[in-house]
Amino acid sequence: MDVIARFFSGQPPALLWGLGGVLGALTLAVAITWGLSKAKPAKDYTNLRQRIASWWVMIALLSAALLAGWGAVVALFVVISFIALREFLSLAPIRREDRLIVFVAYLTIPISYGFIVADTYGFFLVFTPVYVFMFLPFLMACIGQTRAYLTTMATFHWAIATCVYALGFAAFLMRTPLSDGAPAGPAGLVFLLLVATEANDVFQYCWGKALGKRKIMPTVSPNKTWEGFLGGWATTAALLWFAGPVFTPLSGVGLAILAISLPVAGFAGDVTMSAIKRDLGVKDTSGLIPGHGGILDRVDSLLFTAPLYFHILAYFALDHF
Amino acid sequence: MRWLRRIVIVLVARPLARVFTGADIVGRERLPLKGPAIVVANHASHVDTLLLLTIYPSKALDRVRPAAAADYFLKGGPLAWFSRNILNVVPVARDKVASGEDILAPAREALAAGDILLIFPEGTRGDGEAMARLKNGVARLAAAFPQAPIVPIWLQGAGRVLPKGAHLPVPMNCTVLVGEPLHWGGERAAFMEDLRVRLEALHALAPPQRWT
Repeated sequence: MDVIARFFSGQPPALLWGLGGVLGALTLAVAITWGLSKAKPAKDYTNLRQRIASWWVMIALLSAALLAGWGAVVALFVVISFIALREFLSLAPIRREDRLIVFVAYLTIPISYGFIVADTYGFFLVFTPVYVFMFLPFLMACIGQTRAYLTTMATFHWAIATCVYALGFAAFLMRTPLSDGAPAGPAGLVFLLLVATEANDVFQYCWGKALGKRKIMPTVSPNKTWEGFLGGWATTAALLWFAGPVFTPLSGVGLAILAISLPVAGFAGDVTMSAIKRDLGVKDTSGLIPGHGGILDRVDSLLFTAPLYFHILAYFALDHF
Repeated sequence: MRWLRRIVIVLVARPLARVFTGADIVGRERLPLKGPAIVVANHASHVDTLLLLTIYPSKALDRVRPAAAADYFLKGGPLAWFSRNILNVVPVARDKVASGEDILAPAREALAAGDILLIFPEGTRGDGEAMARLKNGVARLAAAFPQAPIVPIWLQGAGRVLPKGAHLPVPMNCTVLVGEPLHWGGERAAFMEDLRVRLEALHALAPPQRWT
């Protein structure tokens, strides 16, 4: 017991309160679902139940990693990147000759995350957009199939830039040194990113359900409405404005920019992945997470919020980056 | 050996299948858990057998046996040992068809003993796209066991993880689509046509996990 007590007393109190709050919110969701199924027993709440059950698992994994430290968070994001990339490359139009390129695309994961482990920010920053960008097309040229060469090349770049590079920024936040003054430690930075991103999805959904009338992108995401987007934007911005100082060193202009821009980035990530899925003719990227779909369906908003959140912090508050 | 088989499939093959294929399954509730039953799937890769064995719950696993070409899997050496003891294959001596030997005898014995037989009626691995002509053996088995459900399964994407002739497996998502069971209706050509139509219908539902 002593060991456990010491482990938790070593954690930043804000992080523990934050994680407790998330568990509280989830318990509330369970209670609401229970109430709904009692009030309307005829309706089927299986999907909602599955969704919440999956949330418990995802939150347990993320909380454990955040409490365990940077190594665990990086390991978890390596797994997330791998599964996301596998989902993407399995559905995207790729030619038979590209089997080797698929294999090489996976190799960018250990290299990119290797720069995070080595804490070499500059290398991480240029590796994907400069060197992978040049090397993969060359390798594809060596294989010699030129039919659909350009579109396949673009497919690989998009896949790696989102599934590996963009998600890497979330993990890289864990390397923030204590001297940079994050009030809930590096784990607090990642925690707020994940909470704000996922909460934005939930808020948009709730506002859309409650008030949604005017469709915002009918050809891409027919269920999304202006009311959902604007309501989610305002709610998430308020959440960031009030929770920001608890978990990040941001204040004033930096915090305001984060609060205003992050919800828009989350929406952008969501509808961009929706457009891709619509093009591919699939609803979900896999069946991995019951009630949610694939990993890519869950992290679509995070693909866009992670780099933005990272760069706003880096510019306004963190000396390390 | 039964324990070794369980351990290898649950602790080694299942995690491998998860990493290399994602092992998505549609219609899990239609998977037959009791024999005699025949599971019929399209064939593009050795990954097919791995996938079909790993989607089974541990309890039913002892009964699940893939039919395998004796000339390839039981030639000798480590592969023959693995095929006998871990895969627990039902041998089909496809090279002895001309000799007049009853090459389906071991399969009939297995079904009579209450096993769940996995059959790839194309007889060999294809290119992972078009299904080859289905061989009639499955109809003869169905006729011998009219009470056994015949469950069609479409395996999407396995041919990309490890195509015929390749040595390096590359992780790609695969989907296992389990269809409604059919039974022997008394007429071979109609049965085979029904089976093919059902497999193609599952194929049409599969996600676009294919080369372009």
